[in-house]
Amino acid sequence: MSVETACALTARDYKSDLKPVWCPGCGDFSILMAITMAMAEVGRPPEDVAVISGIGCSSRVPAYTSCYGFHGVHGRALPLATGLKLSRPDLLVIATGGDGDGYSIGGNHFMHACRRNVDLTYIVMDNQVYGMTKGQPSPTTPPEWDSALVPGGTGLSPFHPLVIALAAGANFVARTFSGDPKGTAQTIVEAINHPGFSLIEILSPCVTFRPEEREWAKQVHPASVDPTDDRARAARRVLTDDGFNTGILYRGKRAPYQPAFNPDTSANVDFEAEFLP
Amino acid sequence: MNQIETTLDRPAVSVTDVQTEALTVVMLGSGGSGVMTAAEILLRAAARAGYYGLMTKSFGPQIRGGEAAAFVTLSANPVEIQGDRVDLLFAIDWKNAQRFAGELQLEADSLVVSGEIDAELPEIVTGAGPRLAEINLKTLTRTHKGTRPNMVALGAVAGAIGLPRDVVAALVGQQLVKKGEAAMAQGQTAVDLGYGEAANFALAKLDRPAGDTARWIISGNQAAGYGAMRGGVRFAAAYPITPATEILEWLAPRLQKAGGLLVQAEDELASINMIVGGSFGGSAVLTATSGPGLALMSESIGLAVAAEIPMLVIDVMRGGPSTGIPTKSEQTDLNIAVYGLHGDAPHVVTAPNSIADCLFTAQWSTHLAESMQVPTIMLSDQSFGQALGIVEKPAELAFATRRLVAETPGENYKRYALTETGVSPMALPGTPGGQYTADGLEHAESGTPSSGVADHNQQLEKRLRKVVDFDYGDHWAQIEGDGPAAIITWGSTTGPVRQAMRRVDPDGRRLRLISLRLISPALPGALAEALDGSDKILVIEQSQMAQFFGHLKAQFDLPAMADLYARPGPQPFRAAEIAAKLEEWLS
Ligand SMILES: Cc1ncc(C[n+]2csc(CCOP(=O)(O)OP(=O)(O)O)c2C)c(N)n1
Ligand code: SF4
Ligand SMILES: [Mg+2]
Repeated sequence: MSVETACALTARDYKSDLKPVWCPGCGDFSILMAITMAMAEVGRPPEDVAVISGIGCSSRVPAYTSCYGFHGVHGRALPLATGLKLSRPDLLVIATGGDGDGYSIGGNHFMHACRRNVDLTYIVMDNQVYGMTKGQPSPTTPPEWDSALVPGGTGLSPFHPLVIALAAGANFVARTFSGDPKGTAQTIVEAINHPGFSLIEILSPCVTFRPEEREWAKQVHPASVDPTDDRARAARRVLTDDGFNTGILYRGKRAPYQPAFNPDTSANVDFEAEFLP
Repeated sequence: MNQIETTLDRPAVSVTDVQTEALTVVMLGSGGSGVMTAAEILLRAAARAGYYGLMTKSFGPQIRGGEAAAFVTLSANPVEIQGDRVDLLFAIDWKNAQRFAGELQLEADSLVVSGEIDAELPEIVTGAGPRLAEINLKTLTRTHKGTRPNMVALGAVAGAIGLPRDVVAALVGQQLVKKGEAAMAQGQTAVDLGYGEAANFALAKLDRPAGDTARWIISGNQAAGYGAMRGGVRFAAAYPITPATEILEWLAPRLQKAGGLLVQAEDELASINMIVGGSFGGSAVLTATSGPGLALMSESIGLAVAAEIPMLVIDVMRGGPSTGIPTKSEQTDLNIAVYGLHGDAPHVVTAPNSIADCLFTAQWSTHLAESMQVPTIMLSDQSFGQALGIVEKPAELAFATRRLVAETPGENYKRYALTETGVSPMALPGTPGGQYTADGLEHAESGTPSSGVADHNQQLEKRLRKVVDFDYGDHWAQIEGDGPAAIITWGSTTGPVRQAMRRVDPDGRRLRLISLRLISPALPGALAEALDGSDKILVIEQSQMAQFFGHLKAQFDLPAMADLYARPGPQPFRAAEIAAKLEEWLS
């Protein structure tokens, strides 16, 4: 890629022609925009970027970009992205998905991806509901939220992804709001440029099954303090905030996990000696 | 493939100056007594002396310690299974020996040597009334300072069966070289003490081996790992499980050496998806597991079918269902491997038919996966995986076809293009112009999700065609003999069947063996051809519900007159059992 064309890349160059299946007004539209804006700013050509997802409305993102993509099975985006990045360290690998995909069915992988700290950027579009399956509670849904599947609400306290990410060892933790695509794009750029595993939890209203989430636009506010590299402080901050604090919360200093991978497949492996009697 | 000849048949003999064609020795002792080390040296010495052999291990349920037994069968001819009965049992101690009841087949002319004087013998021994001998290991090792009971036992066993003393002594020296010269000298002394005692044992000596061909000592799990690496696998991800872990532990450092990588995943859902990612990126990949892990992986193997991602999944079968019997073999994952994916999901299922064939089949399976861009499940099992065999050095093979990659995808590149073979060029990330989204959703040729009738039919047809129309050559089965009575089997049942056939039909006029290496897709035409001229068919397998028989009936047009001999594990098949069955069937 010549310098000239690299400079010419815009958000548009990272968009495919495919029309999203999302409901009009869904928060995921502006997140898609933010992702493509961030890619343009980072400037890696689309063929060097891979976007990996599971299943859900939010997991539809890969095909809406012009990058390489993988729309896998529900909950398994992170291990798939991990296998790709470990065997192709040259690529920029981004995983996207929803709160159900990442925190429920994929919860174990979420913890272990944080702990493993492979250089991935994980974008979770948290609408506090299962959108694709038409409105069931997710791990982040408030306890009293009434639904057909769980009448009267779950009565369970929501899962706290940011605290879990910190405890499990994620190297970069941020929260943004879909209604602020520019700020979100900027945070994604920072996450990509930060080594190791980065989590960006993006509040993204599901206008169809959680119409009350339109109110989020009025509730969110930027964090009043700077990011820290102290995990305990960061954890205390998110545990005591109102859930609508946006911004970069934590920037860790752990070295990413990237064992050497440079196989020579043409070389004939010869281990015969160890089998001789 | 070369035919493997096995002849362990022999009259029961028990006199010192009599030669015998094969011997089965068991070395028994409590954990930490060093029986396994001694037995491995015995096997190695036999290989150096030109014999074939097989060593299997049996442990108590304790994680560490407890009673352990090493079973070693040696012969001048190829060995694929343990002998019908134990010729020599050497017990360093008897602590928990009774737990091997059912595994230890002692007879009146078997020789049992106790390493303890006046020991209370367990019922497995007293019940059989074998010939008895004693060695006072305690006194011997006390009077010869620094000698170890297991090395004395090794010398005694090696001497009793007639292995050359120098070969054994050299290996013991090699084993102790790191411990210094004094230890090496003590090792030699121990071996000599054992050989001295052996002079008093009346046991037939092994026939001298005829040829001098190159031998390997290898386990099925090592062979599978090596075969996959020869096939080009450089990236692996896995979660430990008995009896597959040795594949992973063998691979991890060797992949590293070849610039590759094995990742220990958090579970099998992760490991299978990690290799989907690795393969999407362009690497030849594998995971290895056993039944419980395969069950967890099945959704994502389906993803690999839909997204056309090549991968090798090695399933080292163990007793099931559920956690079942982790340390024993059974041929009961056939159904889940062949039929366990949701949707119409054509893929490949293969099975090796011997320890050495684990190498060939793993390499071939990698080649199949890569050539057809399809997941391939190789069904090995515990009896191959965890056994050490002395085998003829396997041939070096190279399969020409590799993954079809779109090096320069043009303007109109379509990842899932409908081609004549059904295999479409795959663009690898990093290649300009090839960008596409791999998808488990049904898709159009471009990869774009589609629920249209035409797209679904075309993509289903393409995915089936590439697997069914592939030229599997002669490798689909191992066929031996052309007698009118045909035996159809697979996997680790092949060895015992082969051996029973030699007993029942020594000049090979009545029987023929068809052992399937390609379990799925079914090749009914090839089987019909292999059955041509047969007037009787017997299917033999190690599964209570006769999964293989059901598969043959459903997919291979197995003639209705076919008979069946099926039973579950954990008891391994022995030649005597199958020979008796064959006699009855033929009469
Ligand atoms: C194994 C499996 N179980 C269940 C489903 C059904 N399913 C599809 S998407 C989804 C939930 C998605 O929720 P989330 O990840 O929050 O995404 P959203 O649609 O809200 O963006 C479920 C349960 C599935 N596809 N696969
Ligand atoms: S259901 Fe909700 S999350 Fe899904 S597209 Fe519609 S608004 Fe968005
Ligand atoms: Mg959701």
